[in-house]
Amino acid sequence: MGLELYLDLLSQPCRAVYIFAKKNRIPFEFKHVELFKGQQFTEEFKKVNMLKKVPALKDGPFLLAESTAILLYLSRKYNTPDHWYPSDIEARARVDEYLSWHHTNIRANAPKTMWIKVLIPLLTGQSLPPEKLQEVMEGLATSLKQFEEKFLQDKPFIVGSEISLADLVAIVELMQPVAVGCDVFEDRPKLAEWRNRVEEAVGEELFQQAHELILNIKELSNIQVDPRLKEQLTPVLLKMLK
Amino acid sequence: MVVELYLDLLSQPCRSVYIFAKKNNIPFEFKHVELLKGEHLSEEFYKVNLLRKVHALKDGNFTLAESIAILLYLSRKFNTPDHWYPSDVQKRARVDEYLSWQHTAIRAQGCNFYRTKVLMPLLVGKPFPAERLERAVEDLKSTMKQFEEKFLQDKPFIVGNEISLADLVAIVELMQVTGWDVFEGRPKLTEWRHRVEEAIGKELFREAHEVMLNGWLALPEEQGLPPTPKP
Repeated sequence: MGLELYLDLLSQPCRAVYIFAKKNRIPFEFKHVELFKGQQFTEEFKKVNMLKKVPALKDGPFLLAESTAILLYLSRKYNTPDHWYPSDIEARARVDEYLSWHHTNIRANAPKTMWIKVLIPLLTGQSLPPEKLQEVMEGLATSLKQFEEKFLQDKPFIVGSEISLADLVAIVELMQPVAVGCDVFEDRPKLAEWRNRVEEAVGEELFQQAHELILNIKELSNIQVDPRLKEQLTPVLLKMLK
Repeated sequence: MVVELYLDLLSQPCRSVYIFAKKNNIPFEFKHVELLKGEHLSEEFYKVNLLRKVHALKDGNFTLAESIAILLYLSRKFNTPDHWYPSDVQKRARVDEYLSWQHTAIRAQGCNFYRTKVLMPLLVGKPFPAERLERAVEDLKSTMKQFEEKFLQDKPFIVGNEISLADLVAIVELMQVTGWDVFEGRPKLTEWRHRVEEAIGKELFREAHEVMLNGWLALPEEQGLPPTPKP
């Protein structure tokens, strides 16, 4: 039985895993878990990941959650090129440092744009006042400032002169606001150049393919959202509405 | 030149780094950065960590932030025993899985609880809003449930039979919320805690947690203190 990756390309961490596997020609079976249809709540999927989240990996009897863990596992098992997770102890530490910081900074702020522009209207039928989006963009701007000053600086990539897991994880997250019309690369020339380099390193075709779904998110505006998903998201929604 | 670790033991991630370095006899210089005095905001410290946060490491010209990155760096540079970050691909993945999940789970809910229950009254001199505390407790309880069901299960440690970075990072976070006695009514968790304490060494464990635990005792009486936290 081969490697199975449980993914929905609407999700940022899923895109990182997808791109990484494809780029490195890692053979896998794409198991589509449609989030809007609530497929992450099925009994069947719970057996794969009891946290009920994508991405998830199944490699024979071995199950794994959390995109960072999955990316690292794949890089080791399939011996991917060194630049993804450099063996040099300091370069590797820099990747770890970004992957850690990412969770509560870029990953905490970037998705909120999607919430405000797409998910909240979809789930509640209401739009939030523009001040809310303003607030979110300010939070994201703070993270981006730290990103540019601490992590990117004047380097071509976050770690050295080649793409690593750090760049991959960052780029997929920043495409989320882009997809809903909040182009974080506009007015940030250094960041825009970094994005172009990352896209090129990934390969334009693969990058586009991975992002096709999210870039067409407006087509989902009439979708029926599964009630279990509504229930799961409601507490988060309420926090955002305050 | 010896490794410099910039720490304040009030902070959970600082304690995991401190315990790890001490336990593995890693020679280092303890650079105290007092959070409550705002020392992490100084220009001097900014040169060490642009993110203005403790924990931070300085190894010659190399500076590093983020406790996970620091722990992994130390484990590699000083070749610490395998069980901390097992070389077995699947076991290692389990440690990674926990270290990733905890950022927005145990750590997030734990910090939220600690802020609401301890920091706010301590710093602002105002009682904590009961409703917010209740919500923080609920969030924490639900995270604890996931911790026990997914990560700990019936195993002695999160990964296999020996302590790893996962247990270390988990225990320091859970100790931060000990005033609520997160271990009460959870026998499996309590047993795990004892195993982790023993694996670390009771003396080192106590030493690392002294400062933070005293913070609980500094709470003004009017707040309706929880029972005195067990050291």
